[in-house]
Amino acid sequence: MATTEEIRSQLAELVNDVAGVPVDEVQLDKSFVEDLDVDSLAMVEIIVGCEEKFGVTIPDEESKNLKTVGDAVAYIEAHS
Amino acid sequence: MTEIVITGIGATTPLGGDLASTWAGMLAGKSGVSRITEEWAEELPVKIAASVAVDPSEVIERVKARRLDRSTQLALIAAQEAWTDAGFDWDAEEQDGVDSQRLIVSLASGIGGLHSLLNNWDVQRDKGYRRVSPFTIPMLMANAPAANVGLQVHAKAGVHTPVSACASSNEAIALALDQLRLGRAEMAVVGGTEATIHPLPLAAFGQMQALSRRNDEPERASRPWDVDRDGFVMGEGSAILIIETLEHAKARGAKIYGTLAGAGITADSHDIVQPDPSGEGQFGAMKKAIADSGLQASDIKHVNAHGTSTPQGDVTEAGSIRYGLGKAVDGCVVTSTKSMTGHLLGGAGALETVASVLALRDRMVPPTINLENQEPDLGIDIAANVARPLPSGDLAAVNNSFGFGGANVAVVVTNANITE
Repeated sequence: MATTEEIRSQLAELVNDVAGVPVDEVQLDKSFVEDLDVDSLAMVEIIVGCEEKFGVTIPDEESKNLKTVGDAVAYIEAHS
Repeated sequence: MTEIVITGIGATTPLGGDLASTWAGMLAGKSGVSRITEEWAEELPVKIAASVAVDPSEVIERVKARRLDRSTQLALIAAQEAWTDAGFDWDAEEQDGVDSQRLIVSLASGIGGLHSLLNNWDVQRDKGYRRVSPFTIPMLMANAPAANVGLQVHAKAGVHTPVSACASSNEAIALALDQLRLGRAEMAVVGGTEATIHPLPLAAFGQMQALSRRNDEPERASRPWDVDRDGFVMGEGSAILIIETLEHAKARGAKIYGTLAGAGITADSHDIVQPDPSGEGQFGAMKKAIADSGLQASDIKHVNAHGTSTPQGDVTEAGSIRYGLGKAVDGCVVTSTKSMTGHLLGGAGALETVASVLALRDRMVPPTINLENQEPDLGIDIAANVARPLPSGDLAAVNNSFGFGGANVAVVVTNANITE
């Protein structure tokens, strides 16, 4: 089982790949939209990227609740 | 009538990643055609194409590029060069000499975001709908190149994408000319782009018997008017021009390449792919363009032909040029730069308008290469194999573009406003 930091770090690489955000800015307390300037279409790519990378399923109604990096990491920890 | 001038040019083509290298390659008679190195070409009857000399991935930043179809990436590269060449800042929100409310973009692609469409279908078929990129639609839509350039230069008077297959970018130029003459804008970013070197269009054009199969000699495959021509070579790339009213150009002290003097449009109404062999639509477009320019046929010293290197098309066009110019055909140097660049489809008209403008500026017509045994009795004077000088004095040129669907668009440019 991956640690929280391992998940955050892999998620950071994904966010960097999709939206060009520097990996060290992708910290647990950061909001995707407000802090990291990730737009709604890029967010869709990040969600699908998470499914692929971490082997989880994130239904559309759940993805709306993943507002911060920490929300996403917690969801992945709980469901992988 | 309001005079419209050309004040900026950019290009990324099979001959070079910018205008200077493209033009130097054309004058030198260089071929941009090569063997396709990807494995998928092995099973196809056509294994050659004219890929861009500089891949857009070397120019456009990766994160930005993954949201843009290859055709849009090429258009942005050429548009940045043209915009900068016209004296503007590509990244500025606002700047002197640019009134966003009076700026349009008219930029065409013949086929659109083909790579984005097909690659995402591959993903959906193989991995399911969840993996389809949410950017697919804004990447594949035909107006994506125009819209992205419009976003960058903050064009607010209209962003246009006329589609007429291989006549598309000449039609885009004609449309912008009209908009400026009507006073709906004072400046325009015009041109075309295409990126369709992919197994499907190569198979599909191949099935039409439209493409050259000279796979073992790619550099000799595009040979307009040569008796051994066997079809066109697919090319990719983009060419963009900045045009504006003479008044606007003078007010901001712009460098002027020449005038965009006129345009003529006709439709064959003959067949969905074959040109009308009588040439009526083709020479009709030329005559309309010359009349629209306020010129006489005798003023036309150069024609950049559509000249794709297809067996029938080249002969039909030679006849059309003779009818279009009448007796004046004797004083006119004809060329097909597709012999070097391949056929950029929706980007062809813009690239060849650029070549026409520079031929008049430098008084040098780029050659039609690979013209070893010219088709007999064409009745046109072709700049065979080596560049041909043009005379001193005022010069005008016609650029022809013809598209599937029977679209014919001729554009006239002159060097009349160049101060020497």
